[in-house]
Amino acid sequence: MKKGWKETPIRGIILEAGSAHGYSTGGWRKLQPTLDRAKCIDCMFCWVYCPDSAVIVENGKMVGFDLEHCKGCGICAMECPDKVKAITMVLEEEEKEAK
Amino acid sequence: MAVETKHKCNVGLTGNSAVAYAMKQINPDVVAAYPITPSTTVMEEFSSYVADGAVDTELVTVESEHSAMSACIGAAAAGARVMTATSSQGLALMWEMLYIAAGMRLPIVMACVNRALSAPLNIHCDHSDSMGARDSGWIQLYSETVQEAYDNIIQAVRIAEHEDVLLPVMVCLDGFITSHSIENLCLIDNDKVKGFVGEYKPNQPSLLDVEHPATYGAVALPDSYIEARRQQSEAMKLAKDVITDVGKAFEKVSGRSYGLMEKYRMDDAEVAMVILSSAAGTSKVAVDEMRKRGAKAGLIKPRVFRPFPYLEIGEALKNIKAVAVLDRADSYSSFGGPLFTEIRSGLYEFDKRPKIIGRVFGLGGRDYGVHDALAVFEELLRIKDTGKVDKLFDYITVRE
Repeated sequence: MKKGWKETPIRGIILEAGSAHGYSTGGWRKLQPTLDRAKCIDCMFCWVYCPDSAVIVENGKMVGFDLEHCKGCGICAMECPDKVKAITMVLEEEEKEAK
Repeated sequence: MAVETKHKCNVGLTGNSAVAYAMKQINPDVVAAYPITPSTTVMEEFSSYVADGAVDTELVTVESEHSAMSACIGAAAAGARVMTATSSQGLALMWEMLYIAAGMRLPIVMACVNRALSAPLNIHCDHSDSMGARDSGWIQLYSETVQEAYDNIIQAVRIAEHEDVLLPVMVCLDGFITSHSIENLCLIDNDKVKGFVGEYKPNQPSLLDVEHPATYGAVALPDSYIEARRQQSEAMKLAKDVITDVGKAFEKVSGRSYGLMEKYRMDDAEVAMVILSSAAGTSKVAVDEMRKRGAKAGLIKPRVFRPFPYLEIGEALKNIKAVAVLDRADSYSSFGGPLFTEIRSGLYEFDKRPKIIGRVFGLGGRDYGVHDALAVFEELLRIKDTGKVDKLFDYITVRE
């Protein structure tokens, strides 16, 4: 249950750091990025360029996407080097059906 | 010319000099402005105080009024006490930032030296500028005289910064009529002004408070926007009592009392006029003349237009037989000016209420004389006798 107007901090200020993490933007997505791990060279271009910090990296390895926050913009697939092209954007429904 | 005087009473100053002098005494942290007629001399004189080292203010000279208000907002969000001044097109150019100042609950104090809006181009007084900003969330105080402009500026700081309020305040005075006319007034000692406004301690984390970091100006989507606006509405509601309390505290310092409105010869009045700012002075002369002629005339001069004290004004008017509300601005609804429509709406709360008419006057600095006010009172007497209103809304002081 969210706070009522009497309890909400005034001025529309946000006192908590990183609160945007709690807001799911994944539902805005039409295209979903998919990773071909065999092709990926872990150059981290996708991680750098992702505007939503939705590329998950563990121990220096690109391991996948945070689909709660990925809006499906496709920048990661565009920035993935031409000789690699490990990321493909697919229609959300098709991806769901494939699974 | 910067003002320095040993005698604090019966000092002759223009409205703008008095505003600049009040600003000097308040010594705000930041002033950002882009001078515009007729408010220009406020900044001209205040910049002299800055140049002379009479204040500690950071004066930000910007490239437009939009930037002036933007700079004020940034400085206020950083925890500074901030003031500015503008008029007319300058206020119009500030428009989007006015709403942001109010929505971010920043207690900025601005002198609005009332001037007509283009087109046609005009530099003289009417209230189109501030009336247009009536829904921006700013508190609005209207000043009849140089003394009131000076006193309102000082009180505005305390009203704006009150923890129940935290809203920007616009202090309005009539362009040229008040801003450029020299009147006698009483100044308050520097120490008393300093004590009255006190030190500004923001009770919310400011942008420069690194111990309590906060995000300002973040997006508020449909899940949170209306809560912020509801808070803003509540602050405006609470501002009414704060303005009254600050007025009482000010009386202790200055000997001059301020409330939500001034009532002039209203006790036994049968016909009354409601009018803002300098034109109220002219109209009081007409009230006295009507009284000499045996008519029970009175006048109400609202000081506070935002928040709108509809119950208090309604209470003062409910037993009057006929009322004329004079607006120095039209809202082009074809129904009447803003003061008229709001007072008429407020009176709906009362079972017994007067016949009422709205008249727009004095646009673009057109003279409004005692004879104009007398003609309005004569019309009110006809309405009182016949019980009939011929014209609900009309213009006066216009060539037919």
